[in-house]
Amino acid sequence: MVMKYTEEHEWLRVDGDVVVVGITEHAAEQLGDVVFVELPEVETQVAKGDDCAVIESVKAASDILAPIDGEIVAINEKLVDDPALVNKDPLGAAWFFKMKVDDLSVLDSYMDEDAYKDLIG
Amino acid sequence: MADLKTTVFHDLHRELGAKMVPFAGYDMPVQYPMGVLKEHLHTRSDAGLFDVSHMGQVILRPRSGRIEDAALALETLVPVDVLGLPQGRQRYAMFTNDAGGIEDDLMVANRGDHLFVVVNASRKEADIAHMQAHLSDRVEVVPVTDRALLALQGPKAEAALQALVPGVQAMKFMDVAIMPWKGVDLWISRSGYTGEDGFEISVPNGQAVAFARALLAQPGVAPIGLGARDSLRLEAGMCLYGHDIDEATSPVEANLTWAIQKARRTGGARAGGFPGAGRILGEFTDGAPRRRVGLRPEGRAPMREGTVIFAGAEGGEPIGTITSGGFGPSIEGPMAMAYLPSNLTEGALVWAEVRSKRLPAVIAPMPFQPTSYKR
Repeated sequence: MVMKYTEEHEWLRVDGDVVVVGITEHAAEQLGDVVFVELPEVETQVAKGDDCAVIESVKAASDILAPIDGEIVAINEKLVDDPALVNKDPLGAAWFFKMKVDDLSVLDSYMDEDAYKDLIG
Repeated sequence: MADLKTTVFHDLHRELGAKMVPFAGYDMPVQYPMGVLKEHLHTRSDAGLFDVSHMGQVILRPRSGRIEDAALALETLVPVDVLGLPQGRQRYAMFTNDAGGIEDDLMVANRGDHLFVVVNASRKEADIAHMQAHLSDRVEVVPVTDRALLALQGPKAEAALQALVPGVQAMKFMDVAIMPWKGVDLWISRSGYTGEDGFEISVPNGQAVAFARALLAQPGVAPIGLGARDSLRLEAGMCLYGHDIDEATSPVEANLTWAIQKARRTGGARAGGFPGAGRILGEFTDGAPRRRVGLRPEGRAPMREGTVIFAGAEGGEPIGTITSGGFGPSIEGPMAMAYLPSNLTEGALVWAEVRSKRLPAVIAPMPFQPTSYKR
């Protein structure tokens, strides 16, 4: 399964006809211990760049932006109860939301793993 | 970041894997590999060692040789009973201005033939200039520049320090003493900025790193950064200068009336006689229109500094602002301090605007986390 990465340190994974969105290990490490997560509502229509979710660590609050136009079809409620999951398993159990998108080819414009690794040095 | 100053522990911080950030003109550790949350909890369960060498240490030596003269001189700048401070004891104070605001907060200790004060890093140059300008006729103001300052905090602090400096266990909260360690004098106070039992220790620069290493070798002692220092002090309900108190907030507004002893209040032996006494003593009688209070958000979302508070869930004008806020690892929830109208008291519900949404919070007693001082 192909992972794509945004400059905002989100990862995107195509899973059937939906795109799963989370934050990278690098982002989780930079944020520090996550203590609060706010997720969008299911069935919300979002446009690329919209504020979609909020992560607060012991240090600061950060927004998660919608990486593409589409509809939120699922959210990971576990994060609301256990925000520390973001630090424990950012690439797995700590996915944030799933989106249904009209045009998956938009993902081609995002970085692959090698390009993302170059970005974070 | 050019021109950042460093403390004598700079190489040690790097060796310990600290993430360094600029703070009050110094390159300081914000966290170590343990991370802010675990560092906070470790301090409450074991012991944390903090580098606070960026703070200002100053000796006030009376020109007459009589400590009373230094005390009376300092009393012209602070609304605190310094004359009544016994030898070997320390107390909290603040420099006030003519408008009754707070120029800085500080600790003052009576060390027999002189006073020793510790001031905030961000204010130390201004404070030293202020003391030199107003006290120099009676007091020699001597900045201490050849000593580092460490804080050792938490339930295992006493055993750790006692192992190196036999005798410290006899000290009580806010006691000060000079004790030897490997041929040098440590200036020790039983105090801190976490709400835990613990010590603050001034050590000559030349022996500071060896002393810090010796403490870190004791059971349960871990290095702790500025990130956890902030969440620890906020849980303990303590003010951060420049945030919760500043040149515009009076000690009465800031709920620091406990720090102004009877001798300096109206009717006291040395009432007034400090900058802004008119406003400050007036507020003792008439009350201040706003007060610093604790807030516990009802949800889990932290409410950060600058968050605006409203009386209701919709409409209305702002009634106050959060001055410090975040997540309390020990209380396992968000907490904040805010200035709110004095008619709102503990238990009152207010609304904080977070990301364009009004979220409920309740005015709560401080400290949020019970303190564990050795009285």
